[in-house]
Amino acid sequence: MHYMSNSIVKDGKAVQLDDGVYWVGALDPDLRSFDIILNTANGTSYNSYLIKGSEGVAIVDTVKSEFSHEFFARLESVADYSDIKVIVLNHLEPDHTGALPELLQRAPHAKVYISERAQGMLKALLKSNTDDLEYQAVTTGEQVSLGDCTLTFLNTPFLHWPDTQCTYLEEREILFSGDVFGCHFCDSRLFNDKVGDFRFSFDYYYAHIMRPFKKWVLEALDLIDPLSLRIIAPTHGPILRDRPRRYVNHYRELATTSLSGELGTNEKSMIIFYMSSYGNTARMAEAISAGAQSVDGVRVSLFDLQGGETEPFVDLIEEADALVLGSPTINGDAVKPVWDLLSSLIVVNLKGKLGAAFGSYGWTGEAVRMIEDRLRGLKLRVPKQGIRVKLIPTDEELQQCFDFGNDISSILVGSYQDKKVLEMAEL
Amino acid sequence: MAKAKVSFSDIDLTVNVPAGTRVIEVSEKVGSGIVYGCRECDCGTCIMEVEEGWNNLSEPSVLEDKVLRENMAGRHQRLACQAQILGDVTVKPA
Ligand SMILES: [Fe+2]
Ligand SMILES: [Fe+2]
Repeated sequence: MHYMSNSIVKDGKAVQLDDGVYWVGALDPDLRSFDIILNTANGTSYNSYLIKGSEGVAIVDTVKSEFSHEFFARLESVADYSDIKVIVLNHLEPDHTGALPELLQRAPHAKVYISERAQGMLKALLKSNTDDLEYQAVTTGEQVSLGDCTLTFLNTPFLHWPDTQCTYLEEREILFSGDVFGCHFCDSRLFNDKVGDFRFSFDYYYAHIMRPFKKWVLEALDLIDPLSLRIIAPTHGPILRDRPRRYVNHYRELATTSLSGELGTNEKSMIIFYMSSYGNTARMAEAISAGAQSVDGVRVSLFDLQGGETEPFVDLIEEADALVLGSPTINGDAVKPVWDLLSSLIVVNLKGKLGAAFGSYGWTGEAVRMIEDRLRGLKLRVPKQGIRVKLIPTDEELQQCFDFGNDISSILVGSYQDKKVLEMAEL
Repeated sequence: MAKAKVSFSDIDLTVNVPAGTRVIEVSEKVGSGIVYGCRECDCGTCIMEVEEGWNNLSEPSVLEDKVLRENMAGRHQRLACQAQILGDVTVKPA
């Protein structure tokens, strides 16, 4: 590999970040797409760390399997395998556990420390080779000692997998944070005060990886806030040693809504999006909107999808309590802008929001059911079967649309009165 | 066919079903807040709280038990994609 002249990373050498603490990871400058969904304009890094205590060595996370040789070479430059007592896995995704099976072979005295939720995943990862595996599931506050230094675990699940945790080295005030505070940014100068401008990469990583788990981010920050922090050592991107607290505060800003204060405290927000080719679905949308607004305590917003960009709509939906989507059926399907919007929603948490669909059609009317299925797939609750109208809506059908909007609003505010007992066959 | 009854307390709704119906077959259609991931007893997303009629659900399989344990499910919780309704039960999202 060709390094910049001021490179801190060197082949076959660990990089010291503090007394007895080393980076033994790998750089992957050629990667251009991570997990298919993320662009990585200048590659990424797989950060692995080694801690030397008076009574043993700990490894915190490993690297993607193709980079195992670099990881082992760096590890060997500062420690012997026989001294490794502790292997901490903050996150079991393959980019951090690729070298694990080999490491377990080479380090016969090592015990693995993982979160409780990681146990099933660890076994799945190692398949049959778990017979003589020594591991311990740990949670917040539990510790493992390396003699003159101590690792404390913080249970920080769903960032961005159920298994994730952070590990704090008390004596050095270093937080090994896993993917949290990480980014896909490859720079052999390694430290945040030396590398190029990675602000975009940092925010981009948050937006695509952490944003759906906002609530968990805030819970993790509550655990992290009280810690004294000299260095944050994430599993991707620059090591944050210059004013690390800024990144904690920035995460809090990112995880806190930008759109607060618009709605009254007792108000619910419903957003209706539609696409319309002949104006029929648009007329349905207006009737639904009018019906929805006839219920007190619901603030309704109506948008023609054709007139907007997806990104800001995603922001609106993240803050909304109900999402209603209208699409005509064309060639047996909902139209592309509707699917584009739906496929962009994976970056936000929709669990528990209400969803509904409607649309006009000429020949077949599959779009409405397809949208409903997708809404359920996104974990919205779809309480009412959507309305379909053949061609131009009649006054009676527009009244049904009005009632439909009214029903969704009533469900939203909890005032809906419906049959309390149904037969399976009616569903 | 034997009849059974499933109530979803989060939406205050009861459905009469043939005995043996899985909760997943009903809950989505009526819009209960129980949500699903893999739908095949692996991910633990659909953990639900059984409020009444615990013994009126089919016994959990070894696999379901394992998934429940790994996801730290509570004492009265089951997977909605697995549990079959055999008698009267009341459930809600966990
Ligand atoms: Fe990850
Ligand atoms: Fe990662």
